[in-house]
This record gives sequence, C-alpha cells and structure tokens, in this order.
Amino acid sequence: MQSETTFTSLTCEAIAATLADYADGVGSAPNDVRAHVETCLRCQAEIVQYRRLLRNLHTLRTEVLEPAPGHLTAVLAHLEAAGERRAIRSIMSGRRGAYVGGIALATAAAGAAGAVVLAGRARRRALAS
Amino acid sequence: MTADLAERVAAAKAGDRAAFDDLVRATHADAYTLAYRLVGNEEDARDVVQEAYLRAFKSIKKFREDAAFSTWLYRIVANCASTSLSKRSRHRHEILDEEALIEDTRVEIDPVAHNEALAERDRLTAALRELPDALRSVVVLRDVYDLPHEAIAAELGISEANAKVRLHRARRKLRETLYPLRGEDQAHAV
Repeated sequence: MQSETTFTSLTCEAIAATLADYADGVGSAPNDVRAHVETCLRCQAEIVQYRRLLRNLHTLRTEVLEPAPGHLTAVLAHLEAAGERRAIRSIMSGRRGAYVGGIALATAAAGAAGAVVLAGRARRRALAS
Repeated sequence: MTADLAERVAAAKAGDRAAFDDLVRATHADAYTLAYRLVGNEEDARDVVQEAYLRAFKSIKKFREDAAFSTWLYRIVANCASTSLSKRSRHRHEILDEEALIEDTRVEIDPVAHNEALAERDRLTAALRELPDALRSVVVLRDVYDLPHEAIAAELGISEANAKVRLHRARRKLRETLYPLRGEDQAHAV
C-alpha cells in the first residue's frame, strides 16, 4: 500500500511502522524521519488519519456496555458460593488441625504417663534390692 | 481511585465480603465492556467477567494499590479473556450481539456532529470486531484502556516486542479499513 516515494534517504515504507507512534506522541521522530514527513504529503496524511483513529479509539473508553439484566446478580452469587466453599475449607482445615493436635497431645500424655510408670517400677526395684 | 473506592478496597483486602461486593457493583459494567471488546460476544464476555471477579476475589490481598483498582481488574479481565480466546475454536461463528446497549455519556451539543460521531464509532467497533483476536486484544488494551506494553505482554502471555508488533499491525489494519489513503484497497472499507 505504501508508495516508494523517496524525498530523503528514507522511503514511506521504511517509516510506516513508526508513524502511528509519532501520531500517538510516543517519543520524538529522528531527524531523517522528520525530514521525510515534512516533505511527504502521503506520510502527513497517514499521520493525520492515525491521530483520528487513536482519538476515536480513546473515546471508546468512555462508553459502557450494559450487560444483560441478572448478570451482576449471577456474578455476586458465584462469589458468594466461592466464599462459602473457602469458608468450609477453612473450617475443615481448622478441624483437621485440632484433630492432629489432639492426637499429638494424647500421645505426649501417654508418653509422660509411661515414663512415670517406668520410673516408679525402677524406684521399687531399687528399694527391693 | 475515589476515596470511597479506596475505602472499599482496603476493607475487601481485610476480608470484608460486602466491601468486595461493592467493588463488583462499582466496576461491573466497565469490566463487562472490556471483556466484550476483547472477546467480541456477550456469552463469552459474561463468562470472562465471572472468572475475573473470582480471581480478583481470591487475590485481592495481593493487590498492592500502586495502580488503580480498575487497572488491576482490567489486567485480570485481559488475562481471563486471553484464556477464553485461546480455548475458543478459531472457526466458531462469532455472534454479533446487536442488542448490546450502549450508554453514551457525552453531552450532546450538535445533533448532526453527534450522529456523525456515532456513525464513525459504529464503523470503528465493527472494524475492531473484524480484527483477528490477537490483534484486537492488544489494540483495545493499549489504545482504549491505556495499559502499558509491559502489562499487556504479561497478561496475554507474549513478549513486549510481540505486543508492539501486534499493536502496529492492528493500528495499520484499522487505519486502512477506516481511513484508506489513495491507492490502498478500498474493498476493506466497512
């Protein structure tokens, strides 16, 4: 689509990829690009059209598409269900922790009781001998 | 971010479910609009929004507030839309929802100019829909929603260089379609 017009050392095709950026105000054009654009009506027209395109794209940001009625309710219900699932998982993991803790406590208590019994036996043996 | 929104964000981060619901209510239409623009149809847009809010809900505590909440949400929507688009069959018939309501918030001054602007906008949205998914995503996120290249690349799972190349192609295709210069293919005009 680009012409091969050469006004400077650059062709229209060579700078085509950068024109939208310059229209967007990204960076400043190098001197050779600027020199080409200043003398090339086609590239100037292209920049003008890119500006128009970018301006129109930007205005889309102010528009809001309304989703179908009920969608917001559905999203909130979905979140509610996810929240409940999380809460249940949290409770279950809490119970699991309590269960494991209880076993650990019981094991420790049994160990302590065993130690007391063994110590008592040892003491009785010592007294008997 | 407004003070009220910031307050709701802080409360949601602290685990307040009602505050998160308020954030959903405040941003729902915007999130849907972005999703619709990215995936191009109502059904997928609804799924994308639902998934995006679920992800946001699960990771709200990780939101660092160095960007606006809406920007953070847009990134999640973009990521979910990207996943949705990659799942979608390339040959699936895309339903154009003619019934989507468009709320125009601009003040109407000149009816003729306003109608022309509406017509131009319609041509633009039609041209956007005609773009391949990969190009549309990038140009919408960059030129409509002002997301930086880095964020776009991260959410779409592509390199920053690739994002820039796609942006250039998308802009060029749109310009050629909407505002063809002499010698360019007029057949593309919408």
